[in-house]
Amino acid sequence: MRCLALLLVLLCSCVSRGQETLKIGSKSFTESVLLGELLAEKARREGLTVEHKDSLRGTRLVFEAVKSGAIDVYPEYTGTLIGELFADRDVATDAELRQALADVGLAMSDPIGFNNTYAIGVLPETAERFGLAAIADLRKAPNLRMGFTNEFIERDDGWRPLKEAYDLPQTDIRGIDHDLGYQALGSGAIDAKELYTTDAKIQSMGLTVLRDTIDHFPRYDAVWIYRADLPERSPAAMRAIEALTNVLDEAAMSALNARVDIDGRTEAEVARAYFDNAKTPDGALTTGDRLRRAAADIPRTTAEHAVLVGASMMLAITIAVPLGVLAAHSRRFEQVVLNVSGILQTIPSLALLALLVSLLAITGQIPTIIALFVYSLLPIVRTTHAGLTQIPQSVRDSARSLGLPRGSMLLFVELPLALPSIFAGIKTAVVINVGTATLGGFIAAGGYGDPILAGIRRVDTVLILAGLIPAALMAIVLTLLLDGVERMLSPAGVRGGIR
Amino acid sequence: MFELRGIHKAFGESVVLDGIDLTIEPRTTVALIGPSGCGKSTLLRLMNGLLEPDAGVVRFDGHEMTGNALTPARRRIGYVVQEGGLFAHLTARQNVTLLGRRLGWDRERARDRAAELASLVQLDSALLDRYPHELSGGQRQRVALMRALANDPEALLLDEPLGALDPMVRADLQDELKELFDRLNKTVVLVTHDLAEAQHLAGRVVLLNDGHIAQDGPHGALLREPASDFVRRFVSAQRRLHGLEGAAS
Repeated sequence: MRCLALLLVLLCSCVSRGQETLKIGSKSFTESVLLGELLAEKARREGLTVEHKDSLRGTRLVFEAVKSGAIDVYPEYTGTLIGELFADRDVATDAELRQALADVGLAMSDPIGFNNTYAIGVLPETAERFGLAAIADLRKAPNLRMGFTNEFIERDDGWRPLKEAYDLPQTDIRGIDHDLGYQALGSGAIDAKELYTTDAKIQSMGLTVLRDTIDHFPRYDAVWIYRADLPERSPAAMRAIEALTNVLDEAAMSALNARVDIDGRTEAEVARAYFDNAKTPDGALTTGDRLRRAAADIPRTTAEHAVLVGASMMLAITIAVPLGVLAAHSRRFEQVVLNVSGILQTIPSLALLALLVSLLAITGQIPTIIALFVYSLLPIVRTTHAGLTQIPQSVRDSARSLGLPRGSMLLFVELPLALPSIFAGIKTAVVINVGTATLGGFIAAGGYGDPILAGIRRVDTVLILAGLIPAALMAIVLTLLLDGVERMLSPAGVRGGIR
Repeated sequence: MFELRGIHKAFGESVVLDGIDLTIEPRTTVALIGPSGCGKSTLLRLMNGLLEPDAGVVRFDGHEMTGNALTPARRRIGYVVQEGGLFAHLTARQNVTLLGRRLGWDRERARDRAAELASLVQLDSALLDRYPHELSGGQRQRVALMRALANDPEALLLDEPLGALDPMVRADLQDELKELFDRLNKTVVLVTHDLAEAQHLAGRVVLLNDGHIAQDGPHGALLREPASDFVRRFVSAQRRLHGLEGAAS
């Protein structure tokens, strides 16, 4: 809390409290930023100077910002206000909510017009075939295959209570990621999925939204939260806010989200176009534009990916080769080393990333590098061990019987003979590594995971390819590079084949 | 030079050497012979500490072959195995001079020593820069012998040095080895399964059977005065195989 206060002081001190400036806030997701931009655009048209602090991290921070006056107004959802911000005040009705806000010097506008809550979505063909218009209609189609996020399956207001509330018959329930679920729905792998009612995909895929007619789901009506003194301080600002109430229904908001998430426009562009109507082209970016945008990002993602792969491989080689040597030379460590590295390999990569993030309490490159390091251990340890133990007994005896110093024997006889095997392990690890590093996108490590994950979220093949193709090329280039290093390191006798 | 006392050695359940006492005088050539599995190679590997006995003592020049004594002792004992055991990643020259270079020989000394050894074992010195896989079997064994002799050891241990060679090459090399042993005047212990080869190369033949010494005697003694029924049978089997008469006389 003290940190928060400090942050707010900083926020406040950055901005002089000029009467003419309207300070708008928004949270760090498309819809919130877009609403902030819409209000900013409208207020500018009302002649105000506007400052938009967009993408603030977390509901609490934005709410504290408006309470303290660091911002004047921001878009919020009634469900969040009731269920999260005033969870301790037992707020139920609209009047109670307004009172609770007034107590902290805030006010709430009329609804913006849409309720961003859960619904069930189906393809229009499915809706037509079974005559589906609302969730209750699902009773008519008991054999539909449902694809839900694990969160929706588990939530207190999720699938199970929904099934009870509506007495639904479906039993074929599959767990699937929210964004991937749209692809599954589109390809016919599932027949229905949960939606957030303003998801961009609803528009772009032309989905039929089955409504929650008995209000099973809590309402998440979008509203403006503003400082109670704003109406008297700036009537023009209030005019702008009021102009943006009762104007956007779910379909309209979903369409605007789609401009950003699917067409690749910026929030500001979309906001301008909204008020200009036809003046700005509002179609999707052309494939050429998208290719150019994706390509422009490749140098950055390549550099980030190379750091992930490079650092983890260095670490892995430095540790795994000595471990392999230890395993080959010591019967006591052999099973321990091989088994431990084998067990580490079986940990699912996402689970390992999640574990590392919670253990280290940081996200980004370091946990990703550690995870990649862990996965690189086994191939290198195993091939080092195999390379060393497969040296023929006669060769090993000859080396020992020469009376070579222990280090020389390893350095000048054993490791050179095991080199092809060790390099095979390193090359395997590098290829696995380049692929696995894309999962770093889940924990803000950057690299090719960024475009791939964004591409999956937006069902944008160009973006996915902008990650996949360079990743494949990187794997090939690194393998060739390692081939070169191996050739440089290994003398002709080994290249010619060990006899 | 070598002194083995009360040597027992087992691999898991199977007892390979069961109470061996053996003394090998300096500058003698001794052949260890016997049917396969009799423990002759194991005995040889005990002599330079590649194996440790379960019980008993191995001494080389008065030093017990254990712990820190092993490395200095091994540098005084050359060792050659059947397949040569050459390092595939090194040229013949590098194989021969590996230890020397690690012990501080400069390039020139290494080159001179390699040339000297090549002429000793009658290897064309043009072959010195080839890798093992570019050499014939006989050439590889010569290089292995050069490597064993590189540090001018006092003793040579040869484990079936000619075992992997075809008969023609083998016969030639037997003669060359005989000549070499005479010239070098070192302590030589060689393992062979071939009585003719043993008689040809060694002044003393030790016949092993089932972990024991069945007979230990000078050149020809096995033929003239077999110590047991086993020795008689071993000799007559060898005779049938190889037509031993000529070699024995």
